[in-house]
Amino acid sequence: MAVGFDEMRGEGGTVREHYRGYDRWLSEQPPQVMLSRREEAEVIFRRVGITFAVYGAKDEDGKGTERLIPFDLIPRVIPAHEWREMERGLRQRVTALNRFIHDVYHGQEILKAGMVPTEQVIGNAQFRNEMRGVDVPGGTYSHIAGIDIVRAANADGSGSYYVLEDNLRVPSGVSYMLENRKMMMRLFPELFSRHRVAPVAHYPDLLLETLRSVAPAAVNDPTVVVLTPGMYNSAYFEHAFLAQQMGIELVEGQDLFVKDNFVYMRTTQGPKRVDVIYRRVDDDFLDPLAFRKDSTLGCAGLLSAYRAGNVTLSNAIGTGVADDKSIYPYVPKMIEFYLGEKPILANVPTHVCREADDLAYVLDHLGELVVKEVHGAGGYGMLVGPASTKEEIENFRVALKADPSRYIAQPTLALSTCPTYVESGIAPRHIDLRPFVLSGKTVQMVPGGLTRVALKEGSLVVNSSQGGGTKDTWILEA
Amino acid sequence: MLSRTADHLFWMARYMERAENTARMLDVNYQMSLLPQSEAAAERGWRGLLSISELTGDFAKRYGEVTPKNVMDYMVSDAANGSSIRSCLMAARENARAVRGTLTTEVWETQNQTWLEFQRMVATDAFQRSPGEAFEWVKFRSHLSRGVTVGTMLQDEAFHFLRIGSFLERADNTARLVDVKFHAVDSEFFGFGSATGLRRDRLAILQAQAQSQGAVAPGPAAGDGNGKDVEFDFYHWSAVLRSVSGFEVYRKVYRNVIRPERVAELLILRPDMPRSLAACMHEVVSNLHRVANEQSKDTLRLAGRLDADLQYGRIDEILATGLHAYLTQFLERVNALGVGISRDFLVPVAA
Repeated sequence: MAVGFDEMRGEGGTVREHYRGYDRWLSEQPPQVMLSRREEAEVIFRRVGITFAVYGAKDEDGKGTERLIPFDLIPRVIPAHEWREMERGLRQRVTALNRFIHDVYHGQEILKAGMVPTEQVIGNAQFRNEMRGVDVPGGTYSHIAGIDIVRAANADGSGSYYVLEDNLRVPSGVSYMLENRKMMMRLFPELFSRHRVAPVAHYPDLLLETLRSVAPAAVNDPTVVVLTPGMYNSAYFEHAFLAQQMGIELVEGQDLFVKDNFVYMRTTQGPKRVDVIYRRVDDDFLDPLAFRKDSTLGCAGLLSAYRAGNVTLSNAIGTGVADDKSIYPYVPKMIEFYLGEKPILANVPTHVCREADDLAYVLDHLGELVVKEVHGAGGYGMLVGPASTKEEIENFRVALKADPSRYIAQPTLALSTCPTYVESGIAPRHIDLRPFVLSGKTVQMVPGGLTRVALKEGSLVVNSSQGGGTKDTWILEA
Repeated sequence: MLSRTADHLFWMARYMERAENTARMLDVNYQMSLLPQSEAAAERGWRGLLSISELTGDFAKRYGEVTPKNVMDYMVSDAANGSSIRSCLMAARENARAVRGTLTTEVWETQNQTWLEFQRMVATDAFQRSPGEAFEWVKFRSHLSRGVTVGTMLQDEAFHFLRIGSFLERADNTARLVDVKFHAVDSEFFGFGSATGLRRDRLAILQAQAQSQGAVAPGPAAGDGNGKDVEFDFYHWSAVLRSVSGFEVYRKVYRNVIRPERVAELLILRPDMPRSLAACMHEVVSNLHRVANEQSKDTLRLAGRLDADLQYGRIDEILATGLHAYLTQFLERVNALGVGISRDFLVPVAA
């Protein structure tokens, strides 16, 4: 593995410019104060109920257990000039992705031009035939996108940002971005008077503005709701949190019904029309008449009302066709194709195992590569070559040979690290970043995102379901 | 507001109120058990408590012997008992969690914190070590929950459904408490079945007490050396009063010795006694009016009539028809009202 890149310390352990203020402050803090702050944070998170449920895990009551996502006290700091560049790149990327989704459900120009293999799109399980020819407001499909970004070390010791993954369906985590900031300001108010940290608390406002702006054209004052699978869903806290922050109803499938192709919710004052649904339910569960028949999370007739243009789903149905790992390698080409621009944010170089040459290379280099299932998520179903045993690699080789088109492979990036509280004190741990991009009439975002950290030494897996934690993310004006 | 949301709010408030009332009854029984009394009398107290919650059968099946420890375990921390403090606090918290976005942050955090602390208390045997303190804590958390609701929530539909839940539950609980406690002294005067010899003694005392105010006391004298029973009665009724924070209120209102029919009047008809049936129904009606919809006319009528009956009722009339019969009917009407509220607001049939 290449030499690592640490966000705080550069060559010879010198503290980077944008971390100097924080480092000075930290060195003034007695260790026991930081320890008691950590405990305080945990108590507050429990009391506020900022928890996530783990599927399958049960406590003695038979309910899904509620766990805390570990919160680390040391912020991840990004200098403003880096963020400005990243923001441009995010706008560009998400705009192109939205154009792509519109295209594949309409003229399919990009397929005709041979830029993306047709069968990769049409044959994709995430391609929804139901969406063909359906016009959505403003032609925007993924109103809320979470783009996973990592920084990796270059040979000369500098670092470069890469997009690791696009999340265009129901990306989660934004509530942690907001709660982490709130927590930091509560625990360390003095830090914020010493630093110019860009605020993020207006995210719910931007989100509501975005959702209202994509309402069906005929509606003047749209009724917007958040659709949740319910309180036992792992991200329930976030659903409830966003609905509350926006002052809109949090509905479950059972609260909705469709009549004459319009969607209504059942209220204490009778049925009420619903115009925009910020749904946190996957496509498959949205409408038992159209998708999975056993779904109780959706609402019968929803797809039909949607296709008639009487309700907006946010995100649209069928966005998964653009964030699939098998489509990911083509995103830079999309940017050039639709926008005529060079990509600002780089992709991680990716081997597509369905291509014979790529597959041969991957099989030869399994020990060095990260191999991922194209439809996998949450850090499951992947092989991290350098961290795996011979046996694990050989088992994976069998699976890969059996069905190569299910996999892509990437070099093992030396993800950047950030100092983090661990049992033995402060140690570097790998991190990533998920900024949230909102696309309505305009493309907007708050400065920053959710920084996730792999708490296990050497681990590259930052997912909360696998022991990852989070940090506050600071975009810092000099 | 979503019907489901209203439903969760209604039940959140009901469960919190129920937890408080269970704690109140346990506390009073526990305090009583500290007084010198016969084992039979003590056991009667614990049995009464189980029968208030209609749990006599379930308890007998699972625990058998009525001992203070068994009843306390069953009513405090037994997860399989839906009326235990544990079950109530958990249900209140789960309902709150389902609609946490509708509640103010303070209301949700209070509810969540109560559940977290309760688990810690059970884990450290707080209810065994100092029951009085632990029951106080439950009452305190319920006061806090109500206070933070009134103090922080917008007075919109959500607020009204919370209030309806609280007061409907409280009316139900007070009615049960009065019923069982009067049942315990078992008197024909209050409309109960045949009196045994012992019961006849007590009946005589009650009658004597009832007449003592008029200075003329003919018939069988109460003071035939049976001072124990008079003492028992004082502690019995003062315990009933204390369990609804009514002891001091009673003194203030009547400035007189504690007499059963006045206790009944206070707990049923006094509109200014916050845990009386009259006060509870008044709150239910006024909150129901604020959320009325097109289909709720019948339910409002039901509630209004119940309210009026209490407002214009007289205790001597109620006692003449029989207290038990009266309260049984009251509980049926409260139940019907709950069904009506549920049908009209909380789980409406598909439109």
